[in-house]
Amino acid sequence: MSRFRTEAGGRVKRDKVLSFTFDGVAYQGLTGDTLASALLANGVHLVGRSFKYHRPRGIVTAGPEDQNALITLRRDAARETPNLRATQVELYQGLEAESQNRWPSLKFDVNAINGLASSLFVSGFYYKTFMWPRSFWKNVYEPRIRAAAGLGKAPAKADPDRYTSRYVHCDVLVIGAGPAGLTAALAAKEAGATVILADEGAEFGGSLLGDAVTTIEGKSTDAWMSDVVMNLAMSDKVRMLARTTAFGYFADNFVALVERVTDHLAAPSDALPRERLWQVRAKQVILATGALERPLVFPENDRPGIMMAEAGRSFLNRYGVKVGLRAVVFTATDSAYRAAIDLKQAGVDIQLIADLRARPPADVVDEALACGLTVRAASTLCGTQGGLRVSAAEVGEVNGDLTIGRKEVVDCDVVLMSGGWTPNINLHSQSRGRLIYNETTQNFLPGAPGYDNVSIGACKGTYDLSATMNEGYAAGEAAARASGRKGGMKKGFSSLGGLAMGGGHLGVVPHDRDPGRVKAFVDFQHDVTAKDIKLATREGFQSIEHVKRFTTTGMATDQGKTSNMNALAIAAKAIGKAIPEVGLTTFRLPYTPTTFGNFAGTARGDLFDPIRKTPMHDWAAAQGAPFENVALWKRAWYFPKAGEDMHAAVNRECKTVRTTVGMFDASTLGKIEVVGPDAAEFMNRMYVNPWTKLEIGRCRYGIMCRDDGFVYDDGVVGRMAADRFHVTTTTGGAPRVMNLMEDYLQTEFTDLKVFLTSTTEQWAVIAVQGPKAREVLAPLVEGIDIGKDAMPHMSVREGRICGVPTRLFRISFTGELGFEVNVPADYGQGVLDAIWREVREAGGCAYGTEAMHVLRAEKGYIIVGQDTDGTLTPDEAGVGWAVGKAKADFLGKRGLMRPDLTGPSRKQLIGLLTVDPKRVPDEGAQLVASAAPAKGSHALGHVTSAYWSENLGRSIAMAQLENGRARLGETVYITSLTGAAFPAVVADPIFYDKAGARIDV
Amino acid sequence: MSETATRLSAFAGLTLPAVRNRLSVTVAPDAIRYSLRGSPAAAAALGAVFGPVPSTTACRATSAGDRAALWLGPDEWYLLAPDGDAAALAASLSAAIDEPHALVDISHRNVGLILKGPRAADVLNGACPLDLSETAFPVGMSTRTLYAKAEIILWRTGLDTFRVEFWRSFAGYIVGLIAENAREHAV
Repeated sequence: MSRFRTEAGGRVKRDKVLSFTFDGVAYQGLTGDTLASALLANGVHLVGRSFKYHRPRGIVTAGPEDQNALITLRRDAARETPNLRATQVELYQGLEAESQNRWPSLKFDVNAINGLASSLFVSGFYYKTFMWPRSFWKNVYEPRIRAAAGLGKAPAKADPDRYTSRYVHCDVLVIGAGPAGLTAALAAKEAGATVILADEGAEFGGSLLGDAVTTIEGKSTDAWMSDVVMNLAMSDKVRMLARTTAFGYFADNFVALVERVTDHLAAPSDALPRERLWQVRAKQVILATGALERPLVFPENDRPGIMMAEAGRSFLNRYGVKVGLRAVVFTATDSAYRAAIDLKQAGVDIQLIADLRARPPADVVDEALACGLTVRAASTLCGTQGGLRVSAAEVGEVNGDLTIGRKEVVDCDVVLMSGGWTPNINLHSQSRGRLIYNETTQNFLPGAPGYDNVSIGACKGTYDLSATMNEGYAAGEAAARASGRKGGMKKGFSSLGGLAMGGGHLGVVPHDRDPGRVKAFVDFQHDVTAKDIKLATREGFQSIEHVKRFTTTGMATDQGKTSNMNALAIAAKAIGKAIPEVGLTTFRLPYTPTTFGNFAGTARGDLFDPIRKTPMHDWAAAQGAPFENVALWKRAWYFPKAGEDMHAAVNRECKTVRTTVGMFDASTLGKIEVVGPDAAEFMNRMYVNPWTKLEIGRCRYGIMCRDDGFVYDDGVVGRMAADRFHVTTTTGGAPRVMNLMEDYLQTEFTDLKVFLTSTTEQWAVIAVQGPKAREVLAPLVEGIDIGKDAMPHMSVREGRICGVPTRLFRISFTGELGFEVNVPADYGQGVLDAIWREVREAGGCAYGTEAMHVLRAEKGYIIVGQDTDGTLTPDEAGVGWAVGKAKADFLGKRGLMRPDLTGPSRKQLIGLLTVDPKRVPDEGAQLVASAAPAKGSHALGHVTSAYWSENLGRSIAMAQLENGRARLGETVYITSLTGAAFPAVVADPIFYDKAGARIDV
Repeated sequence: MSETATRLSAFAGLTLPAVRNRLSVTVAPDAIRYSLRGSPAAAAALGAVFGPVPSTTACRATSAGDRAALWLGPDEWYLLAPDGDAAALAASLSAAIDEPHALVDISHRNVGLILKGPRAADVLNGACPLDLSETAFPVGMSTRTLYAKAEIILWRTGLDTFRVEFWRSFAGYIVGLIAENAREHAV
């Protein structure tokens, strides 16, 4: 066992040795270690390089607030996670970790030369320097800066892990399972509340973990904790979530927790997600998030081996690791004395305790002296020595006038520092709670909460252990009561030996070095020093929000957990304002960096969005059809025969429909059943068309506008009964049309007795189009005369087909004789099979959406959303004939009367015939007046639809064109992505069978 | 005359997930499903002949024998009856209602799954944000809600049994998502 591992003690399992590697070097650790404790047990402090100067960096804390100990964890080629905090990574057998931000190696990093040039790399350097020439920013400066800066590398492969989510409700959510959180959860449970207790650590207990001296209720902390944890775990009303970070606090006590489910396992089960997102809605939230120890800002305070005093104590007591063999303790607080005593008793030489305070509390000092420690009051560190590890500290006496008196260089391999404790108010602040500055303790403390929550224990500035536990129990009882449980219990806790946490210092400590040159770090990760912050104030930045952005202090991955208060104090002093006047930056989610996977959850791959399939989808797939996405639907695009490409297949399908017959899956069209005694009047008001006189059994093409008079949707409507309409909508428009109708019915047309039901998916729809359509259907239909006169174009009949009920429409979106067979969806495939047999016998084919588009364009039929774009009136779209001008009112009637819609130079939908018939324009291409228009000329319009028409042997296009209908026969030019604009003649958009003779047969 | 077309379930080709002793997922049998829209008086008139009287209390289902009526809104109920001649039953029910109303056959629009087992609520809460504790969502409660991005009707028919109804084209998405959310419960 290494000389840094103690003989006994701690919560590690000494008989369970684990092997791991760091930067390819093999090490051993123990079960229960974090990567940080295991590295320290092997004498490794150097774990990374800083962001800007690439200075060597060591482990500073034992918790999630660490700025330096960021590593990349590698499980396999696809499972590489950067920027994990070694202090939170639990060791497992075979763990592979790598340091970051160094090249070629951690011990020799060429970019460390930045440090020598640091007088150039002052704050705002990037803003000021890389200004000229302008084009260099994008191509030279930014890529190079980004390559040199940054932390870990994002993995290049798709994340193979799974992430899940769970919504959960509870009476009381307790965040943090230290002494405050445990007692709060205990009380809430005893009061009968449903409780969630979450802690980011692997074990519950917080600051009590590994505390060998403190006793609670006469028991050791270990014994007391395991009793309480067992008590809570036995209750089915308490959900205990370890390794779970509350990272976001949203409105009305909606709190997001991320549980790291498998990261600590060497060989996790496939069934388990890597992380589980708990989305908690809590009636009451109890924040027991503790306090974080602050570094002291002294010259060269960033060398590896310089760390927080309580971290040194935690590594010793919890993990059985001595962080060094010879320590200098530099403190402004009482708590570091306990660290010094514990480490000394474990055999670490404590060279001395340098206390910044002139008069540290006598009882604290006496206890240290009794343990044989040397204490120097009014002492500071004026600097440190060492390369990749601290080797000595320069201890100086602080005179009454803050000058430095006698100095001494003290050898050491570790410096334990403590600048005081900062209550962890992150979540309170996220919950929009107010913050109050306490002059005495020099801390921001939680004020009035934003929602139903309460802060307890160290995060509200209560440091005494018994007081913390009493506060916790009372808060748990009160929260349970506030959430409607009984409560009423009272309990007081007694403890002995809890940590004294008084004292503290903010800002730079006194020293005798040149403040303009010396590096006294405030933000270790982003290399922000005290002089950077002073520079920011000299540059005129008065607000801490500006200072933060100029210097990047507090913008590291820890969001300033350890640096904010020191930065604030330095800025306040430089500006000459009080700390609360300079203000604190706002805390934002996530509390600690959170994976993208956690946010994506199950929404990836096939589950990213619903993939809606028609009842005949699998049949189309079996025929080899590729699919097109239309809203959430998959629609068969075309049906290629062997050897056919898309164009060949579409050309064949278009020809076949016009010569024999084609079959098409139209199931995705939206359908709404409009029922009620006032159904016709409702239709009159919603659609531009008149409906009153539409006979039962007949259909009409309906156009719907928004109230601004622009076309919103269209579709064929069949009147099934006096009080019942079968309305169809576009595929993509179905939900919004239904919502618009329901909205008007509930808010504007409350006088109408009408009811709406979506029937989109009740009906499978098979369109049969072409000269042989009737002959295909005739053998299958029962009880309906589908003859020319009995069932004319634009009619609907009810009867049976293939023995099942049908609503049979005679309608056409191709310009050919056509029917649309509606059958209950489960019968869609069966009926299609029968129709398909007949279609093949008639020499027909199946066709997809592409042929459907071409065929309708040959006839000049518009597609709302393709040929219209929310800026065309019905008249401009070429369907002005549909408007019931005699109607008293309809949705859009007043909009259509707006002067700007009736004035000149409005665009109208027209057809285009390219002069070169083989040339198919690009959809979206601009229309211009000449082949080479002057720069700045305005476009006359644009192409909305363009296809090759095999039936016409040439290209056809539809376009929106200014005064288009007045320009029939004129030549306009169509821009091209690949060359010069080319000419086309403005034409009527009906390219095929203008008289409509083919449809009425 | 051609042979009668056969039915093809929206779940054809989909594998239903299961976790031993914790969750079973089965397809609800074919059924008559109606959307009833109208006044409470219309609903009461229907109830007199249908069996279960549609509830006027929000989010409550009433059932009698193998028929049920689920409250979906102040003027909207979701009716379930065993498979049969939907048009004939609708005609007989409508005949009993004097009030204006709509009774629309949606037997094929919607499909149903039954989730049963001690983990059913947890699996639903994998993508449904409602509080499914027994106190907040007791047996007999029903509501329109979301399962991730799909709209569903959720009806608690037993302490550990839920019926989930949704539009048929969402079957693949919902079954896939239930399977994904159920997977961790095998551990």
